[in-house]
Amino acid sequence: MKLFDRLFRDAPLATRREITPKLGFALTVLLAFVWLIPFLWMGVATLRPESDGINLMAELMPSLKPTLDNVRDAWEIGDFPRYTLNTMIICIGILLVQFVTITLAGFAFARLDFAGKSLIFYLFLMQLMLVPVLLIVPNLSLVAQLGLYDTLTGVMMPFFASAFGTFLMRQAFEAIPTELEDAALIDGASLLQRIRHIYVPLSMPSFSAFAIISVTSHWNDFLWPLMVINSPDKRPLTVGLSVFTATAEGTQAWGTIAAGTLMVIAPLLITFLIFQKRFISSFVTSGIK
Amino acid sequence: MSLAEPAALPVATSAPPRPQILRRFSTRFKASLPAYLLLLPSLVFLALFTYGAMGRVLVDALYQRATPRAPVRFVGLDNIAAVLADSAFTGAVVNNLVYAVGTAIPSIGLALLFALALSRTNAVTSALRAALFLPVLIPMVAASALFLFIFLPNVGLLDYYIGSLLPVLPNWLGDSDIALYAIMVITIWKNAGYYMLFFLAGLQAVPEDVMEAAHLDGAGPYQRLRHIILPELKPTFLFVIVIATLNAVTQVDHVFVMTKGGPSNATNLVLFYIYQQAVEHYDIGKASAATLLTLAALMGLTALSFRTMANREGGS
Repeated sequence: MKLFDRLFRDAPLATRREITPKLGFALTVLLAFVWLIPFLWMGVATLRPESDGINLMAELMPSLKPTLDNVRDAWEIGDFPRYTLNTMIICIGILLVQFVTITLAGFAFARLDFAGKSLIFYLFLMQLMLVPVLLIVPNLSLVAQLGLYDTLTGVMMPFFASAFGTFLMRQAFEAIPTELEDAALIDGASLLQRIRHIYVPLSMPSFSAFAIISVTSHWNDFLWPLMVINSPDKRPLTVGLSVFTATAEGTQAWGTIAAGTLMVIAPLLITFLIFQKRFISSFVTSGIK
Repeated sequence: MSLAEPAALPVATSAPPRPQILRRFSTRFKASLPAYLLLLPSLVFLALFTYGAMGRVLVDALYQRATPRAPVRFVGLDNIAAVLADSAFTGAVVNNLVYAVGTAIPSIGLALLFALALSRTNAVTSALRAALFLPVLIPMVAASALFLFIFLPNVGLLDYYIGSLLPVLPNWLGDSDIALYAIMVITIWKNAGYYMLFFLAGLQAVPEDVMEAAHLDGAGPYQRLRHIILPELKPTFLFVIVIATLNAVTQVDHVFVMTKGGPSNATNLVLFYIYQQAVEHYDIGKASAATLLTLAALMGLTALSFRTMANREGGS
């Protein structure tokens, strides 16, 4: 009860004696623990020696003789360094091209007046409604026609334009005072110079919010790369993990599966724990990706 | 203009308009040119992978090959008819509806509970928020790998800890009556923390003074929720429902990893059906027809939700 009093210290006076909010809070704490159980099991099972046998595999109490054998096995069976590299190439490649496309388009919507502006705006809006993952079938045949089947470029291409990013940048650019641009205009700066030296540096928070959303969503993409990629050495982490899981499941090597899963999600989890606030605020703005 | 040349007048007014319109158009175009150039890179990719893709779905849905190597021939609406007559597709649609309702309601309900419980910011609530948000970050494939073990018969986590409470140990993923619900558990686990963020943001908009007035009037927690908080969260609800619906259609990675649509199509969802038709049966015609039907349903739904949102904004 002491703990509850401390937690509800800043609650309005009139509500401090109420039971329901405290019950809700207790339930949430319980559920948060349940929510963490899969992660807990992943950590414990990764460190569990094979000698414990299959019957102790589900035990959430850590083994007294922890070992890194599972990590080594997963590292050797799955080609995780290669998968990680492929995923990083995909995420960074998409992000770099997106930065160019969304900056230019965002600027046009924010600062320029042109014929057909609202029509083009709606054309962009359509991408938000037509979730790209639904268009995998026609996009696969296009990628094949372009000769990009089984290439990382083929995986990246459908995401090069981003309506969400464009709208985010439009918002950021609109908030920048025009006086700054006028001053540069007087100094004879060209359009691209103004974007490059005034708008981009002042919109870094929006860029980083977009980068977080873009990288996490493409880090986690599965169905599309699964369709485009055929050769084992071009698989991204998600596809690699699914193949790895299917193989290890056959031999009941659950410790190895836990270790492999840990390797795939560790980079995201560590980055999240460091930049927690930033991640959460980016995800709030994301809404529809 | 002088009165000495009246004949010039009609000519002057009737002939130039055309070039004038053209000139106006061309000056407007010239003024717009920089904007078009800036938009060009985005529009090229949107044209290829969004609008072009839409067009290709429409066309591909009208053609069919007898065998994978045979030339395509026009079959009209046959593909659509074939898809609608395919019990695997109608089954997938029914599954998807059950899945959408059965994941949206619990995950939104939980998200609201989490947001209400964690609306004040301090070290404890931040840690709890982070714990509930973790599943959002990880790939669905990784979540599936973990839940494969959780649902493993006899030695899995679920049976190990609660198995003794049940009279018979169910085969969570192998029983066609249970498998879809097992799949839904993963989705709820993964999405509740995401929706929580929107409710947390929405709760910020609940006016402080109204809450204070409610306290003074002696309104209990349930009354405050029912009459102040929920009405204030209405836009958030609409928004989250749209996202939850989109997720119910687009998240199928766990179906692929855990059940491949089985047992006996019990966990087949529409997008997985499309994938199967395209990749496993090489039937682009049927896959496109199914895509077309799904897109039409989704666009109808989004249009409807946009209209309700627009009406709300216009009305209030």
